[in-house]
Amino acid sequence: MNYFIIGYYALLIGGSCLAAHYKQRPAFLILFSLTLASFVMGIIGGEDALWAVTIAAGLLALAAGTAYSFREFLIVISGPQTARALRTAPLTAAFGMFVIFTYAVLGIFAPVIAPYGEAEVISQSFAPADENMLLGADQLGRDMFSRLVYGARNTVGLALVATAIAFFIGALLGMIAAVKQGWFDQAMGRVIDVVMSIPSLIFALLLLSIFGTNLVILVIIIGVIYSPRVYRLTRAVAGNVVVMDYIEAAKLRGEGMWYLIRREILPNSTAPLIAEFGLEFCFVFLLVAGLSFLGLGIQPPTADWGSMVRENATLISFGELTPLIPAGAIALLTVAVNMVVDWMLFRSSGLKE
Amino acid sequence: MAEKGNVLLKIEGLRIEAYAEEKWFEIVHGVDLLLRRGEVMGLIGESGAGKSTIGLAAMGFARDGCRISGGSVEFDGLELTTTSETDRRRLRGSRIAYVAQSAAASFNPAHKLIDQHTEAPVHYRIRKRMESQEDAMELYQRLRLPNPREIGFRYPHQVSGGQLQRAMTAMAMSCRPDLIIFDEPTTALDVTTQIEVLAAIRDIVDQFNTAAIYITHDLAVVAQMADVIKVLLKGDQVEESDTRSMLENPQEDYTKSLWAVRSFQRAEKDRPGDEAVPVVTVENIDASYGPVKVLEDVSFDVHAGMTVAVVGESGSGKSTAARCITGLLPPTKGRILFQGEELPASYLARTKDQLRQAQMIYQMADTALNPKIRIGDIIGRPAEFYGGLKGTDLKNRVDELLDMIELDPSKFYGRYPPELSGGQKQRVGIARSLAADPTFIICDEVTSALDQLVAEGILRLLDRLQQDLNLAYMFITHDLATVRSIADEVVVMKQGRVVEQGQKSEMFKPPHHPYTDLLLSSVPEMDPDWLTTLLEERGVDNVGEAATT
Repeated sequence: MNYFIIGYYALLIGGSCLAAHYKQRPAFLILFSLTLASFVMGIIGGEDALWAVTIAAGLLALAAGTAYSFREFLIVISGPQTARALRTAPLTAAFGMFVIFTYAVLGIFAPVIAPYGEAEVISQSFAPADENMLLGADQLGRDMFSRLVYGARNTVGLALVATAIAFFIGALLGMIAAVKQGWFDQAMGRVIDVVMSIPSLIFALLLLSIFGTNLVILVIIIGVIYSPRVYRLTRAVAGNVVVMDYIEAAKLRGEGMWYLIRREILPNSTAPLIAEFGLEFCFVFLLVAGLSFLGLGIQPPTADWGSMVRENATLISFGELTPLIPAGAIALLTVAVNMVVDWMLFRSSGLKE
Repeated sequence: MAEKGNVLLKIEGLRIEAYAEEKWFEIVHGVDLLLRRGEVMGLIGESGAGKSTIGLAAMGFARDGCRISGGSVEFDGLELTTTSETDRRRLRGSRIAYVAQSAAASFNPAHKLIDQHTEAPVHYRIRKRMESQEDAMELYQRLRLPNPREIGFRYPHQVSGGQLQRAMTAMAMSCRPDLIIFDEPTTALDVTTQIEVLAAIRDIVDQFNTAAIYITHDLAVVAQMADVIKVLLKGDQVEESDTRSMLENPQEDYTKSLWAVRSFQRAEKDRPGDEAVPVVTVENIDASYGPVKVLEDVSFDVHAGMTVAVVGESGSGKSTAARCITGLLPPTKGRILFQGEELPASYLARTKDQLRQAQMIYQMADTALNPKIRIGDIIGRPAEFYGGLKGTDLKNRVDELLDMIELDPSKFYGRYPPELSGGQKQRVGIARSLAADPTFIICDEVTSALDQLVAEGILRLLDRLQQDLNLAYMFITHDLATVRSIADEVVVMKQGRVVEQGQKSEMFKPPHHPYTDLLLSSVPEMDPDWLTTLLEERGVDNVGEAATT
C-alpha cells in the first residue's frame, strides 16, 4: 500500500459520500460504481491499472474544463441572441465546437504552423521523433506533423466544398420539387431513387475510373453522389412549409418560384438543413478519406489523412502507432461534428427539458 | 349520494409558476376556489388568464414546464400538493375526471371507444369489464348518442365531433367521479352540435350530482352550465358570484367589459340598385375535390363598401367558395366576374392587377405570417411587388399602414411574428392585404381564433377601414354574433349549396328557412334559462336529430 492507492480510494469514497449526502443521484452512482470497479481492477491490474484510470479521468476532466471555458468564451464574445442559444449547449457540444475551431485554425494557418513544407523531404524514411520532428518522418522522410497540418487543410477543405456542392444541388432541387409538385416532383423522385440505390463508394469508384482522378472532378462526383440524401430531407422539410397559409398568400400575390424559395421556404428550413450539413459532412469526409486510402482520392504529394494512413500502414507491424495519428484525427473531427449536430438537432426539434 | 353543501374542493392562495427563458414566472397569483358537491363552477377569462392551468391544478397536476409554487389544493380532505404522485394518480380518473377541448386528439385512434371507456374502471377494480360495458351503453343512452348499444364498438374516427365529445363525457363518468373538469369542451364544435353536447353534459352532471369545473371563454355557454361563475384575468381572480347575479349585476369593470363585447353592431347598408356593377359576382359555380362534389350551383355577389357574410357549419363549403374566388380551386362549372369582367378560373392565369384587387385575410394568423420575416417586410412586400415602391417611399407606406391598424411603427417594424400576440398578428395580416391596395377582401374566420375582446377590436378596425377605403368584404364565419355585428348581407350555406340569402335585417327576422332557423336558435344567449327553454321548445328527445338532419 502506497500513498497513491490510499489517496485514490479515499478520494473516490469521499466523493461518493458527498454526492450521496447532497442527493446527487447520478454523480453518486458514477463515483461509487467506479470505486467498486477499481477494487476489481486494482486486484487484477495492480497499481498500473489505477494509474490508467486516474489519467483517463484527468484527461476527461481536462476536456470538460476546456469545453466549459470555451463555451464561456464564446458566450462572452457573441451577441445576446447567440449567447442565449449557446447557454443551452451541453459540454459535449462545446467540446465539439472547440475541436472544430482548432481544426479550422490548423487548416487556415497551415503554412505558418507547419515547420516544414508538405512535400519537403528532410530526413530518412520512418525516422523516429526527435527535437526537429514532433511525430517523426513518413515513408519518404517528410515531417509527419507538417503533413498532418496540411492534411487538415486539404482533406477538410475538400470535404467542405463537396458537401457544399451536394447541398446546393440537393436543397435547390428539393425546394423546387416541393413548390412545383406534379410531374417534376415525381420525375426527380425517381431519378433520386436510382442514384440512391447504388452504393456510394462503388459509384464513386466507377465514376472516378471513367472521368479520371482530377481534384475538380472528384469534388463534383462526391457532391452529386451525396445530393440525393439532401434532396429527400429538403423536400420533406419544405413540403411541411409549403402547406402554410403564408405560402398560399405569396402564391396568390403572384410571386415567382425563386422568391418563394429564397424568402419564404429557405428561412423556415435552415435549422434541420444545418444539422444535416454536419452529418453529411462526416459522411463525405469519410468517403474522401476512404477514396484516398484506395489511391483514388487526393493524389500525392499533396498531404491527405486517408492516404497518410495507407502510406504508413507498414509501420503498424513494427508496433508503431504513427499511422494511427491521421486516422485518429479523422475520428476526432467526425465525433466532434456529430456532437455539435446532436445539439443542433435537439434545438431544432423543439425538444425542451 | 351526498347532498349539495359539503365542501368537495378547496383551493387556497394557489400560485403557479411557468418556466420560460431560464426564469420562473408566476402565471397564477394566489387564487381561491371553493366547490361544493354537486355544484358547477364556471371559470371564464381570455386566453392566458390561467383557466386551464387552474383546472389542471384542481387535480394536483401541473403541465410540463409549470409548477405549483404555493397555496393548497384540498380535495375531499386530502391535500393534493403534498400527497405522493402515486396517490394523486389513483385519484385522477377514478374520483376526478378531465374532459379536454379536443376529443378527437384525446382519444386513442387505435382503440374502440368502449375499450377506452372501460379501461379506468377495470384498472381501478371498480367494475368488471362486462359490467363496465353495460354501464357505458347506459351512459351513451343517457347522453343521447345514436345506437347506444353499438356506437361504443366504433373507432374514434368513425363518429362525428359532437358524438365524440359526448363519448368523452361518458368516459369521464365511467368511474362516477366526484368532480369533472371540462376544459372548453364545445369550443371546437359548430353551434348546432354544441347544443347537443351542452344539454348532454348538463343533464348527466345533474343526474349523478357530480361537481364540475367548466372552463370556457364563452359567456353565453357558461351562463347555461354553471351555478357559480368566477372571472379570471391574467392569473388573478376578478370576481365570483352565482350565475344570475353575475349576469344581471356584474361588479368589476373588467367583467362589465366582457359582458359588453357583444354590443358592437353597425348600421346596415342597403344593397345598391340593379344598375350598380358588383365588385365580385359568383355565378352558378360547382366545385369538387377529386370526385367529391363540394359546391353546387352557388351564386352571390358583393358590392363595393358592403360586407357579405357567408355562414354555415364546418363542411358547408364556405371556405371552398373563397378558394374558388381566389382561383386556388378552379370551379368545374360557372364563372366568377370581377367588376363585370370574367376572371380566369385559375390564379396562375390571372394578371398581377387582378390578383392585387382581391386579397385574403386568414383564420390562423400564426400560419399566415412567415415567422422568419420582419413585420415591416411582410407588410412592405405587396406594396413593393404591386406598387413598385422602394427605399423611403416603401418605408413611409409601411409606417402609414401600421398606423392604420393601430400598431406603433417605431416599435413593430423590426419585430418578428412570434413576438406578437394573436390580435396583433391578425392586424398585421390585415395590413398586408391593405398594402396591395385592394377593392375586395376575403376574411376567412378572421376572429374565430381570438378572444372576444380582441375579436371585437378587429371587427371595429375592419369596419373603419371599410368606411375609409370603400372596401368590399366577403366574411366567412360560423359565428352568428359576428354576422350580427358586421354584415350587410348574409348567405347561408349548407352542404355546398346556398340555402338562403338576403339583407341581414331580413335574415334575422322570421320567417326563416328551417336550416337558418336552426342555426339562429342554436346560438347561446346570455339568459341562463335559454338552454332549458330551447330544449323544451324543440322537445328534448329530438335535439340530436334536429342538428344532424
